Amino acid sequence: MMFIVKYIKEVFSGLKSLAIGLRRTLYYFTHHKEIITQQYPDNRDTLVFPDRFKGEVVMAHDENNEHACTGCTACELACPNATIKIVTKFDISPEGKKKKAIDKFVYHLELCTMCNLCVVACPTDAIKMAQTFEHSVFNRAELTKVLNKPESKVREGVE
Amino acid sequence: MVEEISSTPAGDIIINVGPQHPATHGVLHLVITINGETIQKVEPHLGFIHRSIEKMCESLSYRQFIYVTSRMDYLSSHINNHACALCVEKGMQVEIPSRAQVIRILMDELTRIASHELWWGAMAMDLGAFTPFFHAFREREAINDIMEETCGARLTMNYMVPGGVMQDIHPNFQRRVKDFIALYKSKINEYSEMVTGNIIFQNRMKGVGFLSAADAISFGCTGPTARGSGVSCDIRKLYPYEIYEQLEFDEILETGGDSFSRYMVRVREMNQSVRIIEQLIDNIPEGDFQAKTKAVLKLPKGEFYQRVETARGELGVYIVSEGGATPYRIKFRSPGFSNLSALDHMARGSKLGDLVAMMGTLDLVIPDIDR
Repeated sequence: MMFIVKYIKEVFSGLKSLAIGLRRTLYYFTHHKEIITQQYPDNRDTLVFPDRFKGEVVMAHDENNEHACTGCTACELACPNATIKIVTKFDISPEGKKKKAIDKFVYHLELCTMCNLCVVACPTDAIKMAQTFEHSVFNRAELTKVLNKPESKVREGVE
Repeated sequence: MVEEISSTPAGDIIINVGPQHPATHGVLHLVITINGETIQKVEPHLGFIHRSIEKMCESLSYRQFIYVTSRMDYLSSHINNHACALCVEKGMQVEIPSRAQVIRILMDELTRIASHELWWGAMAMDLGAFTPFFHAFREREAINDIMEETCGARLTMNYMVPGGVMQDIHPNFQRRVKDFIALYKSKINEYSEMVTGNIIFQNRMKGVGFLSAADAISFGCTGPTARGSGVSCDIRKLYPYEIYEQLEFDEILETGGDSFSRYMVRVREMNQSVRIIEQLIDNIPEGDFQAKTKAVLKLPKGEFYQRVETARGELGVYIVSEGGATPYRIKFRSPGFSNLSALDHMARGSKLGDLVAMMGTLDLVIPDIDR
């Protein structure tokens, strides 16, 4: 007899626990405003990323097409994956002195893990992280980029 | 494989679960011997996601190798990085600023909540309930947004560096963490309403996958898996690092030893993490966020070991240095590997349908098991 009472009690307590769970489901069914799904490709224009978001390494150029990279290769040494390769050349200054400068700042996006170590290592703040994130391309070669713009040169006074 | 099948007693069947199976949470391959519905043996096969992280670290400098460890236990990547940074600091004898210590603990505990949230959703999904997964991700998303703002990434942050943290916290950090705690407290009741109190869930968890305290110790289980069997093993309490000994929090212990106890340990642990965050969030000391270190880090000749409590258990980092700029040998003692070894013992004699419930409560992250 006690067994039957216990069994019936368990059935009702079980049904109660299911009803409690379903109440939560009904709550969200009737409260549409609490749904927080983002419609990603449609909200591209309003999507804001935080300043520190690590999407891709870029080199900042000012309006005179000048950057701050001296070609010291600190970022190349700091990188764990050989993502950065700096090709240097020698500029001859008006006084006739030879000066080391970058020819090409090659950046392999396909190898980059966005660890931020190169940006931290840079002594002149020449490179920074950009907030881009849609990196898909059809050809792998497009992921190898040259970061310094053509005809650009190092800013005066940056050593 | 052919010999194994021929040597199986009559009536036994060998089935494969994985390496591609939604319940294994990754590329884990289980070779299960069953007799009818009863499990005779569970044999995990590893190696599908081996990336030789330990060997890779030998060619990287002490600053560089930390980012690789985010890829081991990717759900508690902050805590992995923390362990490596602590081990390097131990070798260099660097005193790190108190601001960095507090930031590190805040990040660790946020990561622990995020990890347990994901586990909770995935656990319920393993048992057939799909809605809790989305509810858990709502809270986890709030943590990920905080991480994105301060560390710049959502999963593999690489925020801990030897000597402190990489950047100072974002000006919005404190406000957003407080918002998260308010959100968490308003929603935590849903967890017990939807899953913990549910009769179907309780019947599937209680008395399933029993692991005694003695077995938990002999298999080397740590973290919530061992604490569910009543083994006190919280590294934050037993071997406190950073400023954990000054904080007020409880080590969660359940004595049931079954799947439900392990479930309850994790759910209650989230509340303790919130308690730690509440103590620290208004008391972040002023000062530097990073100690001054040399450009090229070199550890003196010797061996260094540091253990921390990740969301899954004890993570140990063992560095052997020959005095150079790169480690001579690195060994990681990962919690998931030891916890998985107890699965065979737990599952023997139980039904095949309960195996997924046991695996869920072990909180397996396969890249952590198979580095």
